[in-house]
Amino acid sequence: MISWPGLVAQLTEIVLAVLLAPVLLGWVNQCRAWLQNKSGPGILQPYRTLRKLFAKEAVLAHTASPLFRATPYVLFACMCLAAAIVPTLGTDLPFSPAADAIALVGIFALARVFIALAAMDIGTAFGTLGARREMMVGFLAEPALLMVLFTASLISHSTSLATIVERLAHMQFVIYPSLAFAGVAFTMVSLAENARIPVDNPSTHLELTMIHEAMVLEYSGRHLALIEWSAALKLFVYSCIGIALFFPFGIAEGGDALGLLLALPALVAKLAVGGFAMAVIEMVSAKMRIFRAPEYLGTAFLLAVLAMLIHLLLES
Amino acid sequence: MPASGSALQLILGVILLWLALGLAGVFFPRNLHLVSRVLFPAGALGALALAAAALDALGGAAQSLVLPLGLPDLPFHLRLDALSAFFLLLLGAVTAGISVFAAGYFRQGEGTPPGLQCLYYHVFIASMALVLLADDAYAFMVFWETMALSSYFLVTSDHTKAEIRRAGFLYLLIAHVGAIGILLCFGVLHGTGDYTFDTMRAVQLAPFWATVAFALALFGFGAKAGMLPLHVWLPEAHPAAPSPVSALMSAVMLKTAIYGLLRVLFDLLHLQVWWWGVVILGLGLATALYGVVFSAVQSDMKRLLAYSSIENIGFILVGIGLAVTFQAYGMRALAALSLTAALYHSINHAFFKSLLFLATGSVLHATRERALGKLGGLIHRMPWVAWLALIGTLAIAGLPPLNGFVSEWLLLQAFLFSPTLPHAYLNMLVPVAAAAVVLAAALAGYVMVKFYGVVFLGQPRETSLATAHDAGIWERAGLVWLAAGCIALGVAPVAVIGIIDAVSGQLLGRTLGASATGWMFLTPISADRASYAPFLFLIVILFVWLLTWLAVRYFYHGGLRRAPPWDCGFPAQTARMQDTAEGFGQPIRQVFEPFFRMQRDLPTPFDAKPRYRVTVEDRLWYWLYLPIVRVTEMLTRVVTLLQRGRISVYLTYSFVTLLVLLLFVR
Repeated sequence: MISWPGLVAQLTEIVLAVLLAPVLLGWVNQCRAWLQNKSGPGILQPYRTLRKLFAKEAVLAHTASPLFRATPYVLFACMCLAAAIVPTLGTDLPFSPAADAIALVGIFALARVFIALAAMDIGTAFGTLGARREMMVGFLAEPALLMVLFTASLISHSTSLATIVERLAHMQFVIYPSLAFAGVAFTMVSLAENARIPVDNPSTHLELTMIHEAMVLEYSGRHLALIEWSAALKLFVYSCIGIALFFPFGIAEGGDALGLLLALPALVAKLAVGGFAMAVIEMVSAKMRIFRAPEYLGTAFLLAVLAMLIHLLLES
Repeated sequence: MPASGSALQLILGVILLWLALGLAGVFFPRNLHLVSRVLFPAGALGALALAAAALDALGGAAQSLVLPLGLPDLPFHLRLDALSAFFLLLLGAVTAGISVFAAGYFRQGEGTPPGLQCLYYHVFIASMALVLLADDAYAFMVFWETMALSSYFLVTSDHTKAEIRRAGFLYLLIAHVGAIGILLCFGVLHGTGDYTFDTMRAVQLAPFWATVAFALALFGFGAKAGMLPLHVWLPEAHPAAPSPVSALMSAVMLKTAIYGLLRVLFDLLHLQVWWWGVVILGLGLATALYGVVFSAVQSDMKRLLAYSSIENIGFILVGIGLAVTFQAYGMRALAALSLTAALYHSINHAFFKSLLFLATGSVLHATRERALGKLGGLIHRMPWVAWLALIGTLAIAGLPPLNGFVSEWLLLQAFLFSPTLPHAYLNMLVPVAAAAVVLAAALAGYVMVKFYGVVFLGQPRETSLATAHDAGIWERAGLVWLAAGCIALGVAPVAVIGIIDAVSGQLLGRTLGASATGWMFLTPISADRASYAPFLFLIVILFVWLLTWLAVRYFYHGGLRRAPPWDCGFPAQTARMQDTAEGFGQPIRQVFEPFFRMQRDLPTPFDAKPRYRVTVEDRLWYWLYLPIVRVTEMLTRVVTLLQRGRISVYLTYSFVTLLVLLLFVR
């Protein structure tokens, strides 16, 4: 069942995701800078950061256990696997039977548990604080994300992401109100999961408000580089999930080469628009107090459940 | 591997061996060497043989046997069918690990002498095996009670402490209240014939009486399983017991209740009604959420795990509820899917929960500390226990590619089919129930990060932890066996479902058929619909890990320097500044505040030695149990009025009774 073009497309997709992910992050930061009337560091800045971090010596706390050193690699592997199963260019993915939409949420959960454990490993005040907050955001965001994917699965009668995309792409003349609700819920969840405003601020320097940054405070050198890269990959994968679920047009079906070639500019364009939208959202909203986050994520969860109910009530 | 016909005999042989080992312990109560080096390892070997025999019997026809024991006209009927064999397999496989661990665990001078522990322990596992084999109500109840009593003695093995005696009493009380329910259930089921299960299968009950039998079974077995609101004994009894016993109770004894429920629902009752399934589903959801929310705020590691057992029982009940509803509507393939999820979760929970309970046992022995707030940093002192416990932690948090995820995945797949239910409200409400399942599963991740992070990671919170030692060779062996089970169950789901199919074939007349595309891909229903390949998953993760590691090594230097923790440049960092269990549970206390009955003592800012105290209690205890206690007390006061302590009064009672009897009987 594994075809050669499929395998080539699969590997291209993973490599593309790994290489393009920092650009997306750079693009979002650049847009934000422009919107704030600053000139910005350029969209290639994340690469320079990564190169610098990889070249640096890693400083490790005396109390760090092997778990702490293994975590960056686990994170990176999880995000690569996630990138492998989300259809970005084509739907003919040999890896796609390995993990479906539910397993995708499982991959993100695995990564989150590992980084939270690593944050607790050193035994500093900020590390445990970050771990606790991250797990709080996680246990609220994870069900919301799964409910969004559930809605899409109910519409397309499959939990395989490739099949979901194929079926959703063929329904462009039917309006799905449930997908609109799910889309809003998904946007809210992806902001929270990727440590963006309004739940977390990626560029904060105030330790007391940190979530993600507090967890990785003790990392340095190549470990930090891998974590930063994984974070960029996570943003990329989330954006691709959003595109796959809500704007699947242009993703090649099957393994035809022309479709894949056309899918690439379509993907880049969609990501550019999505990144700009994210920068706008971050510009116009303020960071919430940490205990407003449950309300925010609870809203996302309810919207996702509502999306499912609407589908069951009106569309089935 | 024995010939198929002799599997039942072999299992009975193992049970006899266990009883003999227990008796041997009685004759040498203080001979620790004999108990730990001969009796417990022999018991573990017996458990392995039992698991092998059960595995062998799974595919074959049911075997039965009449034991001429018990009362003159009531021999014990035993029967080994697929359902019994599956739970015996679970019992044998898990007990093998726990017995090996117990060989290194029981010591001199900790409550009951080791020889007596050995007796209770082996009687306990033997009675659980016999409960699973029993084929008439009389034998079932005798073994059920033996199980309750032997575990009571195990729970109270440290009986010098008042709170342990109290926990034991509560356990015994609820076990017996539940047993009454089961007894009455059998009473309803048997119709007019004798008490063998064969008779019960043949009886055609009216729907009303079938519902009564269902309600009694749910009550009776629910009390044993820790279903809401009969769960209160569980968080008391599990921490009180020695760790191998907590592991056995949580891993196997709770499953005998699940077994009993399945036996009554799908085997003895000849019909299923759709709303029974909804009732079980609702109770299961409530149990799962309640269990996980409470487990998040515990600060005693064994209580945390006990509440997490309640949560897992909730998941199993959800699966059973879905199976009943689907079966009632004749949707057998989906019923098989839900039942498979429930059974898969049963065996998963048996493995990871016993692994974690045993790990807490090692920690307890090494540190003499059960409070999470006084542990920490044990990964450096106890690497074996810590790394093996990490496997259990990831498994119980429901993370791929380990076993907990597989059963949750199957359960969610079953939910995804619930919109096809031919009932106008169910087809909308049941899918939404999936949201609650997902919330509970995500919270389980929170709880396990708290458990593992506070116990094993960070810096030691007490100086005494510096002398903690790793587990001995026997304890390690037991832990390794269970951890290997977690991995195997996680990466080879198709093989496991092949085993479970025998059970769903017997109970539902339909098997799931786990894969259409080879052993690697788990594709229930159809490959197009959903597929999951945990082995491939694991391979990809390990491959990318290796590739990244090599690439980083090759392109950049591997320079590394050890330094004090940075912590934003704060130099006066101490171990007490880490989150304690209470600190880590604080978001949960805030988000789920209505669940708890909380009392907080906050220090004023001017306290020289500030103390912060928070107690979190179960509201159900105040809403349900204390009123019952009050009513009981009131009734006893009324009854005491009869008791005068004077013989003339009692003679008057006898006289009046006689008169009344004469009047009615004539």
